[in-house]
Amino acid sequence: MAKLGQTPSQTVGPYFAYGLTPEQYGYDLASIASGTLTRSDTEGDRIRIEGRVLDGEGNPVTDAMIEIWQADAAGRYAHPADPRGSNATFKGFGRVGTGTDPEARFIFDTVKPGSVDGMQAPHVNVVVFMRGMLVHAFTRLYFSDEAAANAGDPVLQSVPADRRGTLIAGRHVTPTGVVYRFDIHMQGAEETVFFDA
Amino acid sequence: MTQNPFTPRDWGSHPPYVHPPYKSTPLRGPTKPLIPLRQTLSELTGPVYGHECVGKADADLTRNARRNGEPLGERIVVTGRVLDEDGRPQPNTLVEIWQANAAGRYVHKTDQHDAPLDPNFLGGGRCVTDNEGRYRFYSVKPGAYPWGNHHNAWRPNHIHFSLFGPSFVTRLVTQMYFPGDPLLDLDPIYQGTPAAARERLISRFSIEVTEPAFALGYEFDFVLRGRLQTPVEG
Ligand SMILES: [Fe+3]
Repeated sequence: MAKLGQTPSQTVGPYFAYGLTPEQYGYDLASIASGTLTRSDTEGDRIRIEGRVLDGEGNPVTDAMIEIWQADAAGRYAHPADPRGSNATFKGFGRVGTGTDPEARFIFDTVKPGSVDGMQAPHVNVVVFMRGMLVHAFTRLYFSDEAAANAGDPVLQSVPADRRGTLIAGRHVTPTGVVYRFDIHMQGAEETVFFDA
Repeated sequence: MTQNPFTPRDWGSHPPYVHPPYKSTPLRGPTKPLIPLRQTLSELTGPVYGHECVGKADADLTRNARRNGEPLGERIVVTGRVLDEDGRPQPNTLVEIWQANAAGRYVHKTDQHDAPLDPNFLGGGRCVTDNEGRYRFYSVKPGAYPWGNHHNAWRPNHIHFSLFGPSFVTRLVTQMYFPGDPLLDLDPIYQGTPAAARERLISRFSIEVTEPAFALGYEFDFVLRGRLQTPVEG
């Protein structure tokens, strides 16, 4: 039995930018993470992930912070619990606020992750923080061009079929590359699936 | 593996998503039940930030943004340990902080509070816990500030904290408050926390941590989600 109680979560509030995403917002502090996960020598297919966070009235949220955690192109996490280990040029962690893009998007430039642990479809783990949320929300992003893998993914299959679509990012080929669009709906008929992870 | 390696979020300790007295929650918090997730390698791993990711000055907010002098305000030391629910120290964990200055003003561009900015204070910093899970910051005591939640609403003095812990599911963003603050009883963010867990958010004044003729000491420990089973290795 656990002896100590968990420290309660509190909201990230509206003023996280100069502490957590300083370079993106133009503050004089180095950032530990950004929306660019790749380096020039990172292996894998370059993709962009972009989307908005929409509140219960469908309005884009301009003070949310999104974090992503993903495997590399070979499906390996840069963490000791993954015995295969990721290549040194890919940390797999990104963090951006929605307050600097004119359309309030979060934008990540990364590589498409490989299948994780031989069972899971390629996916990106996503955390949503914002003013007005006292606790962060966990979700996952899957890829629209991985239908076969998605059909066998145990987490995706644990989601009611009529809500699975909220976790699928749509693939778009643009002049500047492949973009996956992933809007996060906090509420409403299309409310994104959030996990008790 | 039939059990999740990490303990679940204890919803008796964390605030709900929708807490109407905090007026931006009703349109922003998820309303459908969370879907239970059997933890996979994706949840058992998480970003790794070691001591090489922080500079020595990063944990001293009284120095890391000086322009032409010292920041104004009451100097404080904030220190404590990052633990899991079994009391095990969590070493090599990134701890990030941000806060208002002594006048209750954030550097953030959209903070409209009519209180002075301090040219020598940014209010952001970070450190990585040592082998005993310990962290330590120097700063100035943040001021209370008004906000638009309701008539005459003021946030209690607080420091924002962000921690990673050993995996993606141990992530925690929270706020640390100060003992004896009369605004705590009136603050819907603090009061949104279940009553039994609220006081875990209040730091302790410590004369032992207080540095003579320099700074008042406050202690604050964090408890992150623990492990349900002993790791097979290690
Ligand atoms: Fe604040």
